[in-house]
Amino acid sequence: MAEGLIPIYVMGKRYEVPEGFTIMKAMEWIGYKYTRGCGCRGGFCGACSTVYRLQGEYKLNVALACQTTITPNMYLTQIPFYPAQKALYDLDKMDNLAKALLEMYPEISKCVGCGACAKVCPQKLRPIDYIAAALRGEWEKAAELSFDCIMCGLCASRCTGELTPYNIALFVRRFFCKHGRPKPEHLIKRNTDIRAGKFDQAIKAVAALSDADLRKKYDARDFEKL
Amino acid sequence: MSGYPQSMQESLKKLEQTRSFRLTQDIPRMNFETREKLLKACHPDFRPDSIEEVRVGPNKGQKLSIKLVDLLEAKSRIDPARVDLSRIDYDVDVLVVGGGGGGVSAALTAQENGAKVLLATKLRMGDSNTIMAEGGIAAATQGNDSPDRHYLDTIGGGRFQNKRDLVSVLVHDAPLIVEWLKDLGCMFDTHKNGDLVVSFAGGHTRRRVHSCKDLSGLEFMRVVRDELYNRQIPVLEFSPAVELLLDDQGKCAGAILFNMETEEHIIVKAKAVILATGGIGRLHPSDFPTTNHYGATADGLIIAYRAGAHLLHMDAIQFHPTGAMWPEQMLGQLITEACRGNGAQLVNKNGERFINELETRDTVSSGILREVRDRGNGIKTPTGGEGIWLDTPLINIRGDAGKLDRMFAGIVHRFGEYGIDVRKEPILIFPTQHYQNGGVEIDPEGRTSVPGLFAAGECSGGVQGRNRLGGNSLLDIFVFGRRSGKSVVEYINKAKVGKPTLQHVVDYHKQLDAAGIKTNKTSPLLLPDYIRDEVKERRYN
Repeated sequence: MAEGLIPIYVMGKRYEVPEGFTIMKAMEWIGYKYTRGCGCRGGFCGACSTVYRLQGEYKLNVALACQTTITPNMYLTQIPFYPAQKALYDLDKMDNLAKALLEMYPEISKCVGCGACAKVCPQKLRPIDYIAAALRGEWEKAAELSFDCIMCGLCASRCTGELTPYNIALFVRRFFCKHGRPKPEHLIKRNTDIRAGKFDQAIKAVAALSDADLRKKYDARDFEKL
Repeated sequence: MSGYPQSMQESLKKLEQTRSFRLTQDIPRMNFETREKLLKACHPDFRPDSIEEVRVGPNKGQKLSIKLVDLLEAKSRIDPARVDLSRIDYDVDVLVVGGGGGGVSAALTAQENGAKVLLATKLRMGDSNTIMAEGGIAAATQGNDSPDRHYLDTIGGGRFQNKRDLVSVLVHDAPLIVEWLKDLGCMFDTHKNGDLVVSFAGGHTRRRVHSCKDLSGLEFMRVVRDELYNRQIPVLEFSPAVELLLDDQGKCAGAILFNMETEEHIIVKAKAVILATGGIGRLHPSDFPTTNHYGATADGLIIAYRAGAHLLHMDAIQFHPTGAMWPEQMLGQLITEACRGNGAQLVNKNGERFINELETRDTVSSGILREVRDRGNGIKTPTGGEGIWLDTPLINIRGDAGKLDRMFAGIVHRFGEYGIDVRKEPILIFPTQHYQNGGVEIDPEGRTSVPGLFAAGECSGGVQGRNRLGGNSLLDIFVFGRRSGKSVVEYINKAKVGKPTLQHVVDYHKQLDAAGIKTNKTSPLLLPDYIRDEVKERRYN
């Protein structure tokens, strides 16, 4: 093997690639051109879910291809899509979160607490915990525990109860944030004023300044302290 | 234990030694004139190899980003003579092209106003720069702030080149957009009483960036996408638009999509089209790494330009001051400006600050380039790169011990994977391509110079001038997404749109010939080309 190269197995096929690359860059170095399985390339979008085993080990590992450095003798495959259950709903027409949740996602009661989901989350979330929080009606906790989810689908791929945890979490977060939190008074007041045209004159005035006056005003701005 | 190699330890020590001094050190902001001088000396836009004159089309004779000109002076991917435009696959009121925040908000709004909408996107729904935006959305929602103040900051940030009517509606609509997102169920950072948390971003005189931890764009994207699905708006994924269709009066009449998996073309007849195709980052302007998603290849600009739309400020590219420089696996990835907005400082190899960290992005990036390239004060990496420290532990020192974990969990997690604890050690950064300041010129209703063609978000131009402020992009996409979605319906209710044709493509090819441009290149590019030459050679084709 050439120096600095290590073996990896893409869907079972052996390639030698430079050490230090991410899985995604290694795939491109080999000669793959992505259509699926590649999105933001920054760890945000969940397009490049990958599962792998190291030669000789029983343990199944997960990764985002764009965020994970290759190690020798990885046997990997990407899972660019996984079928998901998603309920359709209108948040404006709902007022009881517990009732809506059980009606739209009755399978939530099939969670047996096996914890398989918590072993495959590339964000190191524990869907088992936020699903449990949702079952107990602890909406804020469910929202917080699920917030970092990138909806990659890996938890759904392993769930023995056949849940789609991330769509359940998204619904809980949306409902809770819309109906369950205190209203931001400053925003409501500001928008009442905006709708009443209270700032129109001031915007018009600054937009009508000559270039020279605008520059002068710009250099004379006062800054709120850091 | 340090997450950095031995060769960088000496500089790290200096950084720690100067920290208490730096905590109280005040570096005043530059005035506009000093800033202009710095930009002309150090900003990549002013490098002669960054821009060149385009020889055809509506901006003929103007200098634009070389990487864009290369694609504007290429042929269409399709041969107009071989396309059967009588085989219509979809007949809709409004075609929205692009599945990021701009496209989705436009589609939602057009549908609310009664239009039959189809949304087509190149990758998956939501694959966009929106989903990667970390910092948040700017709006004057606080008592000490006002939209006219936001206006002044924005237009000065844009170096006074912004279209004024666009800035006016941007700052006016901003608080309304925050409310719209909140009412859709976005999980904004809030105080206990429900008030929204706001942070600083460079160039803003007030704290006005509203965040959802450091995953603001992800949160907005998954919520608006969910709403799009709830409203059952039809979506075509992996189907980018490769050419627009115009009627015999030059009005936009639909588009040709390309199914990237079957390689068939799809003909969409529409009374109007909204382009929300994003930016240019994956063309790597000035050969910088980029923070952008895989599909940011300026497709919308190319097809709009062939259809006769005017481009604005396409020689002005934004380089974000803080792209990751180490570890190598993270090269070019975004470190949110909110770090600086919450007290992190930029520090050179001697432990010294060299610029006010809350200057505008063009200024801070130029300051970093000067510090590293002209003054030799960069920190060298073992692989030949150079960067500047972003002193993240200051965020906890100035705030509280839990602030980084609370507000920047994503950064803590991503660097933690490489053994760097950003609560204890700084991040090595260097400017990275981030944003296309210009685009297809629009008016306050999202209209372009082609009747029936609208644009919103990063692919549109004018509102940001020559440099965008942090927090103004998540704002821009929703303000002009919503506005174009509304005005498109007013347009289609009146417009009589004729039979779709590709005559403009035939004419554009003639213009290329007339300008003496001989090329085998085709555009739009659709995906960047990261295949090695050695692999290509062995393909023998």
